Amino acid sequence: MLKVDNVTKVYKVGTFGGRTMTAVDAVSFDVRPGEVVSLIGESGSGKSTLGKMILGLVPITSGSITVDGVAVRPGKEYYRSVQGVFQDPFSCYNPVFKADRVFRLIKESYYPSVPDAEWDERVRSAIRDVRLNPDEVLGKFPHQLSGGQLQRLLIARALLLDLKLLIADEITSMLDASTRIDVLNLLAELKGRGLGVLYVTHDLSLGHYLAERTVVLRRGTVVEMGVTAKVFDDPLHPYTRQLLSAVPRLHAPWEEATPVTTCLYHERGATGGLLEADPGHFVACAQLSDC
Amino acid sequence: MTTTTTLPAEERVVRREALYFAVRNTKLLIGFGIVLVLLLVGLLGPLLLGSAPPNEYVAGPMLPPSAEHWFGTTTFGQDVFTQFVYGLRTTFLAGAMGGGIAAVIAMAIGFVAGYRGGLVDEVLNMLTNVVLVIPTLAVLLIINAYLGIRSVGLQALFIGLTSWPWAARAIRAQTFSLRSRDFVDLARLSGVSTRRIIMREIAPNMSSYLFMTFILLFGGSILIAASLDFIGLGPTEGVSLGLMLQNATQWSALQLGLWWWFVPPGAAITAVVGALYVANVGLDEVFNPKLRET
Repeated sequence: MLKVDNVTKVYKVGTFGGRTMTAVDAVSFDVRPGEVVSLIGESGSGKSTLGKMILGLVPITSGSITVDGVAVRPGKEYYRSVQGVFQDPFSCYNPVFKADRVFRLIKESYYPSVPDAEWDERVRSAIRDVRLNPDEVLGKFPHQLSGGQLQRLLIARALLLDLKLLIADEITSMLDASTRIDVLNLLAELKGRGLGVLYVTHDLSLGHYLAERTVVLRRGTVVEMGVTAKVFDDPLHPYTRQLLSAVPRLHAPWEEATPVTTCLYHERGATGGLLEADPGHFVACAQLSDC
Repeated sequence: MTTTTTLPAEERVVRREALYFAVRNTKLLIGFGIVLVLLLVGLLGPLLLGSAPPNEYVAGPMLPPSAEHWFGTTTFGQDVFTQFVYGLRTTFLAGAMGGGIAAVIAMAIGFVAGYRGGLVDEVLNMLTNVVLVIPTLAVLLIINAYLGIRSVGLQALFIGLTSWPWAARAIRAQTFSLRSRDFVDLARLSGVSTRRIIMREIAPNMSSYLFMTFILLFGGSILIAASLDFIGLGPTEGVSLGLMLQNATQWSALQLGLWWWFVPPGAAITAVVGALYVANVGLDEVFNPKLRET
């Protein structure tokens, strides 16, 4: 459904765009309906930029992004089926208006002819779907609600549309542990509705908990991607190993990652793009000294 | 806070709510009260005083305030209160027109430059900086001196066309910081047009800021107009608070002890600008729901 093909983003920086900075470099992956794909990477790896490009908030420098074969075209029609939820719930609400304004904007743009009473019922049912009590959250200002409530309201907002794809950009990083698991389970439920979810995160354990497939991003390029179980159980790229060893474990002290001694990519003589090491498990060049 | 059971037309609600808090805000009431009283004096006073021209010689010179001449008379026997009332009118006109024109230009340029960014911003910012470094007062002096007959409207127009750059920069900077907030992205994801995002998402967040900009431009226009009047480049017809101050200084009102000649116009200018500041603090509390609660 979502197809990201060889996408590159170059930012112009400095006065009159004198210098350039490549944030995303030739990235390709896809998201199928009813599937959660997690996009994992450290700060500055370009994962949020990718999310924003899919949402049409940031223009693409080269390559193509299509949803059901249709290219990203920011505008009403596109956002009817593709929506995003962002990292900071407190920043997603206009502080001078009540929080339920986000629903009102959806109605004004997409359902102007729906009678108010019916719309109200739809909003309430969407709010109940994200396990909130409509009476507790409607008619309040953003600062009177908690981060978890605000984040769930944003998911409810997306549910009001005929959604195909949801970009969830670090949506749990501002939440406490118990709310976090609620929101994650909510995302897992969306799969059942046939939605594709791109879950952007820097937290490996959350990605593992939720996603069918994992894409590991480093400095704007994909270093490894594939079925989550394969990537996590048998990481082929040194960066992925390093990332996995950096996750604190409950019952084991920290230990150095097993080093990668041979570059699978060059060993098998792959050129261009990624090497399909196993069926459904792709890896990039390990960039060892002899590569 | 009560929970509403229906989703109301939130635009109306915001307005109604703002009004609810506005009429309960002491600072706002005091500030607007003072401005309104002076504005009414300027608007209605000339009607009540009949058609007596403000510079007419009506009584003996240098009379102190009395029941007949509320603010006394000048060295030449002109009634200071009549001058004050007509002067208020002129001053409000210069302030409102000059400040209004400047505010409109500043908002248009500031919002567009701040929201669009990139090349548009570079060009508009350059224009702003060019106008900013033009020595405004000197240009106004030349233009005003060049024109034989000067009206208040023309004076206000020139003030408006030259005093907007700092405000445009301030609005641009504020828009810049608001633009990168997620709620702007979310509004775009809701299919809201750019114009509506600026008007209904960004502008309401800085309404008190915009109002303060207008107040500063309004006060600034009054002060520039007074300065021009003071150095003899004011309107060639009529009277303004600045012209009154000029005459008072020119004819040694301070040395002669004619305090009633220069205190009213000076106090009125101070009161108008000061009251608008107080009102602005109140307005901030009205528009920002966070400040309503303690």
